[in-house]
Amino acid sequence: MGEGKLTEIRWHARGGQGAVTAAKLLAETALAQGNYFQAFPEYGPERMGAPIQAFTRISTEPIHIRSSVTNPNIVVVLDPTLLNTVDVTAGMQTDGILIVNTDDEPAEIRKMLRLKGRKIYTVNATRIAQETIGRPIPNTPMMGALVRATGMMPIENLADYVRSSFGKKFAAEIIEGNVKAVERAYAEVKAE
Amino acid sequence: MAKTTTAPRARAKAKGKTVAMTGNAGCALAMKQINPDVVAAYPITPQTTIVEEFANYVANGQVDTEYVNVESEHSAMSACIGASAAGARVMTTTSSQGLALMWEELSIASAMRLPIVMHNVNRALSGPINIHCDHSDSMGARDMGWVQLFSETAQESYDNTIIAVKVAEKALLPVMVLHDGFITSHAIDRFDVLDDADVQKFVGEYKPKHALLNVDNPETFGPFAMPAFYYEQRKALRVALDAAKDIVLKVSNDYAKISGREYGLFEEYRLADANIAIVVLGSTAGTTKYVIDEAREKGVKVGMLKLRLFRPFPAAEIAAALSHLKAVAVMDRSDSIGALGGPVYLEVKAALYNSKKRPQIQGYVYGLGGRDTGPDQIETVIEDLKKIAGGKEAPREAVTLLGVKE
Repeated sequence: MGEGKLTEIRWHARGGQGAVTAAKLLAETALAQGNYFQAFPEYGPERMGAPIQAFTRISTEPIHIRSSVTNPNIVVVLDPTLLNTVDVTAGMQTDGILIVNTDDEPAEIRKMLRLKGRKIYTVNATRIAQETIGRPIPNTPMMGALVRATGMMPIENLADYVRSSFGKKFAAEIIEGNVKAVERAYAEVKAE
Repeated sequence: MAKTTTAPRARAKAKGKTVAMTGNAGCALAMKQINPDVVAAYPITPQTTIVEEFANYVANGQVDTEYVNVESEHSAMSACIGASAAGARVMTTTSSQGLALMWEELSIASAMRLPIVMHNVNRALSGPINIHCDHSDSMGARDMGWVQLFSETAQESYDNTIIAVKVAEKALLPVMVLHDGFITSHAIDRFDVLDDADVQKFVGEYKPKHALLNVDNPETFGPFAMPAFYYEQRKALRVALDAAKDIVLKVSNDYAKISGREYGLFEEYRLADANIAIVVLGSTAGTTKYVIDEAREKGVKVGMLKLRLFRPFPAAEIAAALSHLKAVAVMDRSDSIGALGGPVYLEVKAALYNSKKRPQIQGYVYGLGGRDTGPDQIETVIEDLKKIAGGKEAPREAVTLLGVKE
């Protein structure tokens, strides 16, 4: 993120996968960095399992724009089954970044979406979450992948933030599971 | 003339902290810090999270408030009127159909000169039923004798909620604070909040001038008024509401001293050297600033006047602020069906009519029922203004509906 540059992120997920929580967590992390942000879900007939979107804006300067994000710099897909049903790359910037929770290689995703240019990252966040947190909730590991793909902050900052933020609500093993999930996704994400 | 506009940030005397919170959470926090005597409210989307969070504060013993669970908004406002007349500091919150259900009580609250503060989260009126933002709910209540303060951001909404308490008690009038449903209410935003003690000190202890429970000095509340008295009562209400304008400025100035955040009757954004401008209120003012900054880079001399105080309407100040312009667009997030255009357009146009020097003016309705209003729509408005200012086009007589499907 350059000085004053606005970064717009669109999250695609299914209701219950924690996209709204991830968008919120990222906003709070941005505050800890001294940045400005907005995080907002698209409110519609959301329910468990239905496709949903959430948005995050981050900037080093105050953000005035209030309309929805239509040309995101970064798209994060928490559920690979959405790739067949939702146009996840709609309006994406030509130098944008796509991050998908999948076991597939980035090249396979590129072929499947017929996507030209842009950078594609993949990581199996669901498996990482299952192995570290004990539940298939991909949102925190995807944060680790996002930090790796964008370089928006050192991974230690995110891990620290997860510890301090989750510390109020969760047991120590859950917190450390989430930290491990973030770190593993950061290490395991593949790029193309 | 009184200072009307938002100035750069002054030095804050109070501490406070920066938070990441939704607009509704900020409003609930302000209510907690105010610690009103009575809150009677009924949940309705998108206001619900305010009453939820405030109910948590009550349940956790963090406020002393008597929280009255009611079965409808009609009862909520009725309970607020009773409690306020009794001499309590009273707050409530609602949206859309909830505000509509309070209708008959709204004008009773103002006529009884009760300083009730209500946060209304703007949502489109049914029908068809819709939960998303427009201003049709509160604009419909514009003639009810309430002070109306619009907020662009969560910061403004938080600040306006605290300011409203003092305005209401000084003006002896109910005050409605507005912020945009979902856009402001549910987005997590960065803003600064005061410490509880500073808010408490600012609002002070409430000592009602008139109280039903003051048995040492019995007074009559809400009597029947025959033609011999009704008219004078309404005159008194008009005088009181007009006087609220200076009270809003005074209280806002006092608030600036502790918060460092200055608010006027409206905000002028890059307006002084502009030759065209947009008048708007609510969250779309933010998107308009974004578009203006981009247009300015290309040399377009465009500015904005963002209304904060809609009731009482600061007509003379607005006319003065717009008089130097060639063309003005007024954007309404509600329609006044059957009229020439939306309510803000009608008011601004009327305010300018008797001015010797006045701009051409064109009205727009936008974003009804939560229709997204992106930069492209505001760019269209600026292109229209350039044509009108350049004499290439006359202002359209009919209101333009932005972003509607043909």
